[in-house]
Amino acid sequence: MKTKKKLLDGARMRRAVRRMAIEIVERNRGTEDLLIIGIRSRGVPLAERIAQQIEEMEGEPVPVGILDITLYRDDLTTIAPQPVVKPTKLPQPIDDKIVVLIDDVLYTGRTVRAALDALIDFGRPKAVQLAVLIDRGHRELPIHADVVGKTVPTDRHEVIKVKLAEMDGEDEVLIQEQ
Amino acid sequence: MGRRNEGDMRIQTSALRSKDLLGIEPLTPEEITLILDTAEGFKEVSERPVKKVPALRGQLVINLFMEASTRTRVSFEIAEKRLSADTLGFSASGSSVEKGETLIDTAQNLMAMHPDMIVIRHKHPGAPKMLADLLPASIINAGDGAHEHPTQALLDAFTIRERLGRLAGVNVSIIGDISHSRVVRSNIHLLTKMKANVTLAAPPTLMPAEVERMGVRVVHSLDEALEGADVVMMLRVQIERQGKLSFPSLREYFNTFGLTPERLARARKDVVVMHPGPMNRGVEISSDVADGPYSVILEQVTNGVAVRMAVLYLLAGGHLTESQG
Repeated sequence: MKTKKKLLDGARMRRAVRRMAIEIVERNRGTEDLLIIGIRSRGVPLAERIAQQIEEMEGEPVPVGILDITLYRDDLTTIAPQPVVKPTKLPQPIDDKIVVLIDDVLYTGRTVRAALDALIDFGRPKAVQLAVLIDRGHRELPIHADVVGKTVPTDRHEVIKVKLAEMDGEDEVLIQEQ
Repeated sequence: MGRRNEGDMRIQTSALRSKDLLGIEPLTPEEITLILDTAEGFKEVSERPVKKVPALRGQLVINLFMEASTRTRVSFEIAEKRLSADTLGFSASGSSVEKGETLIDTAQNLMAMHPDMIVIRHKHPGAPKMLADLLPASIINAGDGAHEHPTQALLDAFTIRERLGRLAGVNVSIIGDISHSRVVRSNIHLLTKMKANVTLAAPPTLMPAEVERMGVRVVHSLDEALEGADVVMMLRVQIERQGKLSFPSLREYFNTFGLTPERLARARKDVVVMHPGPMNRGVEISSDVADGPYSVILEQVTNGVAVRMAVLYLLAGGHLTESQG
């Protein structure tokens, strides 16, 4: 896999995440009923960072959860080997909450479709919003993000590689080619 | 999502190599760890308000129970339903088996209905293997004669790991009817593969010859087995074979091999007491121990569902990958 371009470095990623946090607070006019849920795996540290930014801005902690969508995928029988199933952890019931789903890259929209199905099995949120660090286009389902860190036009054969310090030792986003 | 990019989940390289789960013996330590890790993810599903995920939607699982079973059959059925599989129960009584149909004919007829998996319990060792060789469906052994009962050993290991945080170096003593127990055979394979220390104790008449070759320590008294044990696994005395008991009386058995709180004091102070069920209270285990603070017997039942979900899920993926070539 060869790297074509660095889309974000650590500092620019930090600014993008802060912008996303501000946008989430503004579109919801505060933090009331907010529940931030990261989609495994890279949505999880991103959700924590966004929640931390919101807390710094608003002075109130925002609950953060983790959603594992493996069992809701539509390609379970065609991908191999399967990703390891990990627990979903929600800090409180999602009923009547404004759930903000967080993921690193929005691409086909199928992950988000699976996440919505998974979420609905846990209750009935007042609203569900989607915030992603990178929107790279090529949707295969009618799904769009409410908050985007950076929009990047891509070719289908390209790969967006998001690295996060918590998991990969450093913060950066790369465009790679197979 | 098939593209590795979106969501970018860590794709784990290990998967089960076989389309079937016939026993613990053919599994590698990595495969055992994969099943136990996956089961951790599934345990949470059973605690949700909606205890169901769509992972096996549209797959047909046949439960072929040719020998009596309540716990294992119910546990498999719950696991299948929580994964959204379609399930169909089939037992020996009241079926064509009573009319003299052979297992192969029964299986081929079932196969004509295109099941994706067959869970089988049979009194003859090797029956699951025979089906596995014959049929394209994934076969899961739910107990075959005195051979193996792999999902029981996996749920036992899951429970030990959950309680003690590891399997390697754990001192596990298994006490009771070693000779007739498929649970023991699967457990010995699993625990020795995972580097636990296994001690067996039984009356000499219920201890198979040369069992030490499986890498276990053999003692002949309960007290010896309990000394320093982290885990005590009590086996069921098969009372239904009362006519041919291998010891003088049930009372005598309880006095020599029955687990009581007083005798349990020889084990480590945070010992874990297990029993695969169904229990004979007052024969191999006293009620004080079975219902006592060290007992994890009901946790084993809960964990059984998670472990069986993991096995079904992993086999569903592995099998279909294989057919893709």
